Amino acid sequence: MPIKVEIISPEKVLVSRDVDMAVIPGEEGDIAAMPEHAPMMLLLRGGTVSLYEGETVTDRYFVAGGFADMTPTRCTILADQAVPVTEISIDSATARLEELTEAWDAADKSDVTRLDGLMAKIQSVRAEIEAGLPPE
Amino acid sequence: MASLKELRARIGSVKSTKKITSAMKMVAAAKLRRAQQKAEAARPYAVAMRRMLAELASAMAGQDGAPKLLAGTGGDRVHLLVPITSDRGLAGGFNSNINRRTRQTIRKLQAEGKIVKILPVGRKGADYLAREFSDLIVDRVIGVGGKELPFSAASDLGDKIVSLLEAGEFDVCTVIYNQFRNVMSQVPTPLQLIPLGLDDAAAAEPDANAAQYEFEPDEQTLLERLLPRNLQVQLYAAMLESAAGEQGARMTAMDNATRNAGKAIDRLSQTYNRTRQANITNELIEIMSGAQAV
Repeated sequence: MPIKVEIISPEKVLVSRDVDMAVIPGEEGDIAAMPEHAPMMLLLRGGTVSLYEGETVTDRYFVAGGFADMTPTRCTILADQAVPVTEISIDSATARLEELTEAWDAADKSDVTRLDGLMAKIQSVRAEIEAGLPPE
Repeated sequence: MASLKELRARIGSVKSTKKITSAMKMVAAAKLRRAQQKAEAARPYAVAMRRMLAELASAMAGQDGAPKLLAGTGGDRVHLLVPITSDRGLAGGFNSNINRRTRQTIRKLQAEGKIVKILPVGRKGADYLAREFSDLIVDRVIGVGGKELPFSAASDLGDKIVSLLEAGEFDVCTVIYNQFRNVMSQVPTPLQLIPLGLDDAAAAEPDANAAQYEFEPDEQTLLERLLPRNLQVQLYAAMLESAAGEQGARMTAMDNATRNAGKAIDRLSQTYNRTRQANITNELIEIMSGAQAV
């Protein structure tokens, strides 16, 4: 029995189809959305969403944080940004990482909310670079 | 009576005006289609977000300590108005409708003794309001209404509004934008964003028998993260509708202008032909009376 997965960015719907399982990067650890999963709402960190059909991964998408809404029959992922892993531009991600690192160095170290936000962004971009690297 | 030369020049100039307006109409039509597609594509996110918020709100019903974005600051003394206009003109009443509506709202709120602040989006509104209410403008956002209109434009604006709220700069935030009815009509609509009226959303809650949601990390954190995002999404939706409306309004305005130019050309050509005929008749009469005199 499949589960309907939707990956939606603020600008458009990227994916809307039935899969057997979707592994989602929750803020407190990866979580698999499967049919009959208890309803759940979670925060996402930057990472990859893997769509499974049977035992194999058919598609992988990078999401830069967001929210997910799981019910027994569907899983809606509201991504802040989302790209298919194959379309990640390592160069642009590296450039953004450098910018963020500079911002981190320049940031006021007592402003905890700003530091937290920056750290989340840095980790998200690092995850993006990692996801975009070709498999060994 | 204008001379033939003057008439010819007038006709020539109206003809080139007509060419320009009809080209602008075509361009607006193409842009309108694109803007509508964008607005359509952005809808699922807003729908899903509203569903999640409703779910969260119902799970949290009865708990206190709701974030400011949801519950407001508790007062309604200071109002922040965010009128959304376009950067460019030649779109009929598109911008002036918003400006008039904003002006009325400001006057009304001031008459009630409220303090009003304005954060205009789009050059046309900013310029108009700066003439009359320059001391009320807290900030302005210009140059985001281009054809691209990325989500970051809305998220930057959202962040700006949230930081104003955090700084205690206002109590109530209302956007005034052109709602896109159809190509012919755009309706200036006020939409209150802070405090967020979640009553409708909570009432739309589908079935109460559904299994209880689990939240990770917890309701409070999720809500605190969802609300600013929701603000951005609502702003984005308003900006997209406004962008589509701008093109629709421009298309209609340019269609009218093209038609009027056509009519003006007909009228001028007729005058031109009459004048030419009258001149020829006059010359003939002069020749004939000259011949008779001989």
